[in-house]
Formats: sequence, structure tokens, C-alpha cells
Amino acid sequence: MSAARTQVRIPVTKTPKVYIGGAFVRSESARTFKVSDRSGAFFGNIPQCTRKDLRNAVEAAAKAGPGWARRTPYNRAQILYRLAEMIEARSLELVDALARFGERASDAERGVSVSVDRLIHYAGWADKYEQLLASVNPVASPHFNFTVTEPMGVVGVIAPDRSPLLALVSMVAPVVASGNTVVALASETAPYPAILLGEMLATSDLPGGVVNLLTGFRREMLPTFATHAHLRAVYADVKGEDRRALRAGAADSVKRVRFVEGAAGDWLSDSAQGLEFIRAFVELKTTWHPIGS
Amino acid sequence: MLPRDTLAAHARLLDEVGRVDQVGVEERVAKFTTRSVKKTAKLWGLRTAVSMTDLTTLEGKDTPGKIESLCRKALRPHDDPSVPPVAAVCVYPSMVRHAKSLVGGSTVKVASVATAFPSGQTHFKTRLAEVRGAVADGADEIDMVINRGAFLSGDFARVEDEIAGVVEACGAAALKVILEVSELETYDNIRKASFIAMGALRPGDFIKTSTGKTNLNATLANNQVMIEAIRDFYLDTGIAIGMKPAGGIKTAKQSLHFLIAVKETLGDAWLTRKRYRFGASSLLNDLLRQLEKERTGAYQAPYHFSDATESY
Repeated sequence: MSAARTQVRIPVTKTPKVYIGGAFVRSESARTFKVSDRSGAFFGNIPQCTRKDLRNAVEAAAKAGPGWARRTPYNRAQILYRLAEMIEARSLELVDALARFGERASDAERGVSVSVDRLIHYAGWADKYEQLLASVNPVASPHFNFTVTEPMGVVGVIAPDRSPLLALVSMVAPVVASGNTVVALASETAPYPAILLGEMLATSDLPGGVVNLLTGFRREMLPTFATHAHLRAVYADVKGEDRRALRAGAADSVKRVRFVEGAAGDWLSDSAQGLEFIRAFVELKTTWHPIGS
Repeated sequence: MLPRDTLAAHARLLDEVGRVDQVGVEERVAKFTTRSVKKTAKLWGLRTAVSMTDLTTLEGKDTPGKIESLCRKALRPHDDPSVPPVAAVCVYPSMVRHAKSLVGGSTVKVASVATAFPSGQTHFKTRLAEVRGAVADGADEIDMVINRGAFLSGDFARVEDEIAGVVEACGAAALKVILEVSELETYDNIRKASFIAMGALRPGDFIKTSTGKTNLNATLANNQVMIEAIRDFYLDTGIAIGMKPAGGIKTAKQSLHFLIAVKETLGDAWLTRKRYRFGASSLLNDLLRQLEKERTGAYQAPYHFSDATESY
């Protein structure tokens, strides 16, 4: 009896779900696509998100936006640091997932540790970028003239296929550090690390809706990223025709579009982080305050 | 435990109008949310929902300026001329004269809540005087609340007499009777109250779910119980009563679900603002947003539309 019990165990497999508005959901369309691991073996059915999932995610991000932007920079720093802690604690699982989808074990380990370090880098910036980007401006009139930064609102992120974790983290972290909220499309070929990242986001004190992670086909979602008027900026690692389509679609809603430059693999280097990536997704507000002569 | 005569009164009325199958209703309405409405049907639904909206502001902080914004928005909800005006503006009695001066002569009606809205807990004489005052100021429609205390204690004659009294005070104005379903506790009670109200109403009057001032408002299930009561009453008497769900309908998608319920329960004859209304303030902006999305193909940002009336 007990022998039979130990021999046969029905495998318990996980249903990968995307992280939208602080909840784990299937695609609104109920469609999925199959993903295989590096050996070609079936791995799982990943949600094939559509423009409606993107719409729902933007609604969730817009709802979370004001609360996130109102937090003190110090608190945003703490929360980003907490996210790094969550990833560090589950780093073995992430390394395993990255290796399973084609990264060499050593690259996977490096990718996870750099991802953690990158979050800590931006956690550090969260209460410091304002001092460097804001300014008091000399003017030739009786005004006190100063410039401060404001978050843009909801920002779309389109991550590359390669470096499915590090690239995603490197693109999302500088955007949320300044109080924006994000709707990100994960790697199409290796979406599972992003799904794991969603599980870590959920336990990181980051309010639901601040980061929303979608999986699916880039070509299907890209036009909606471009035209959705509620997205104030798009940060995309795409090339060629996709760039043209994003720029053209974004023109109507006067959306800021920024592309990732440089070769794949640069994500590991220190040049892939820094103040300029925060500056790319803030608005500068200049105030003329009359002071009399 | 209710007194014996109260229970008996409720039981007798229930025998007369029939019980509601709770599980049946909830299962039925769950199906309405699974219909796929696209393209031209969706456009038609969105435009129809706009034309059925009673654009509402019922707050202590209402000012003449705010009423003016509301009325302008009611007349011309969006710069796209294919978007129709809404059905009515719904305001407190003190604002009726002002609203009438702004929308008078157009297709937009002025509706006024009266009868000590939202609780109704004042002398009947006072409530009637409020109705007469609003009608004299130019209200085309009156939204009254029923006496829930009398209803729950089984004094149905009093509930019906009061509605009949208000009908008389309305004169030519249409009447909408608010059942305040959240205070009626059960679907059976909603059905009973619907029949009591319809017994006193004229063709073209409405029954309405809620005041929008309690935490539970119009749901598809409450709406379904009431429109089935309207259907049964119509088949019995030939008198067509209208329906107005109010409160809690915030998205265009929700409003389409309600329209599907109407089409599949009462038929096309009720898909007109003469017989179906939405009491709402934030719904209109979402309808406009979806219409604009259909027109341009791009999802719209909410701040590209004039303020929703709730945020004035």
C-alpha cells in the first residue's frame, strides 16, 4: 500500500499567470501560447495577452499612479530595496529559470545578481535624483525661477527577448523610481522569468498596479502600446520596422518614445544604469514665482 | 421576528405576484456579461446608452455654476456631433428653475428628486409640497422615494396611497418611483414593491432601483427582478412602465450588459429613453471615451474629456 503510494505521484505543474493590478490573472482572451525550454521539451502555457489586457493594465497603472507618486522618495527607495531583497532570497529559482531557457549557468547567475544590484542602484537614486535634476534658474526679472521634476504617469516598457530578467528589471526600475507606473511586455521567447518576477513584485511592498507585467506576442501588442493615449511614454528595446511603427503610432498622442541603444549583453555593464535613465521619464516643471524688485 | 399580521400581509402579496427564483435570476444575469457586442452593435449600444443617461448631481455642495456645467454637458456631451444629448439632468428641487432655464426648449428633460430624498422620512404633506414645488419650477420628471418603513412593516396600502398621491401632484410630469432596493433586503421584496408601485403608476412612468446614496446600488440582478416584474405587469394589464437603474453603473461595458438584459427580457420596445434610463454621473465620460476609441481606434486617456460630473 505505502509502496504504491511512493511510486506514483501525479505531477503538480504551475499555471503561469501575468501580474496586473496586484493580481495574478490569465489573459482576458483566455488565449495561451506554448513555451518550450532549451531542450525543446514543453514547459508551459503562457498567457497570450491582447490589447485588452494592455488596456486593463493601463487602467490599473493609472489608478496606482497618484498614490505611488505621492509616496516620499525615501519610501520609494525602501520599497525598491525590498524588491531587491525578495529577488535575492529567490535567486536560485530565477537562475534555474534563466538556465532552463537557454542562458549558460554562469550567465544566469550573473544576470540575477546584477538585477538585484541594479534595483539597489535605483533604490539609492530614488531620493537623490531630484537634487541633481531640479534647479534654481537665474532670470533677468524679479522672479524666483525654479525647475522641479514630476513623474510622467503611465509608461509602457517593451523588453527584449534576450536577458529576459536583467533587461526587464533595468528598464522598469528607473521608470518607477521617480513615481511613474509601468506596463511592461516581457520577453516573447523566454517569458517565464518575468512571471517569476511578478511573484516577487507581489511580495515586495510595491503597491499593486505600479508594475504590471504582460506576456504575449510583441507584434500583436506593439500597435496598442504606440497608440494608447493614456501611456505617456514608451521605452522599447525594438529594432527596424517596429521602431518606425512605434514612432508613427505615438505621434497622435504626443508620446515620448525612447529606444534601447547598444548591443545585447550591454545590460551587464554599469553603463546600463544611472541618472540619465531616470531623467528620460520625468517631466520638468518650471515655475516663475514673483518676488518683487 | 416580524409581527404576525406583517408576515401575513407579505405572504398574501407574495402569493399574488409570485416569488423570485434567486439562483435562477443570478445565473441568468451572469450570462448577460458573456455576450460579445462589437463594432456597429457596440456603437449603437454606446450611443443609445448616452441618450438614456440621466446625468445626475445630488450633493450638498451643488451650486448654480455646477448645474450649468452639468446642463452644458447634457446638451453636448462631446464635440463629435454624432453623440446625442443625454435624456435628462437630475438635480435637487432648489436647482430645477436654474436647470430649466439652461436646457428648456431642448430634448433634455429636467428631472428632480423630491419627497425628502433620499430617506423619505418626513410628513407626507411636506413631501407632496416638495413635488408640487418642483413641478411648478418646471421639472419634467420627478424621482420619488417610497416609504420603506411602511413597506417593510406590511402597510402596503399606505405605500400605494402615497405613490398615488405623488402621481396626482406630478400633473403632467413623469414620475420615477425609487424602491431603494438595498433597503428591501430580498428579491421577493423588490418584486413586491415593484408591483405595488406599478399599480399606482401611469403608462410612461418609471420604477427605479436606488437613490445612489447607499452602498449597494443597481446590480444586474436587481435590474432583472424589476424588469421581469415590468414584463409580467405589462402582459397582465397592457400598461408599459419604464425602468431606471441608478447608482454604481460606472463603465460603458456595464451599461451594455444592462441593455442586453433589457433587450432579452422586455424586447426592443424598451430600448428607448422613453422607457429605460441610467441614473449616473461618471458613466457618461466612460461612454464618451469608448465612443472616441471606436472612432479613432486608439484607447483614450480619461483626462482628454471634460470633467465627469462627480468631480465638479
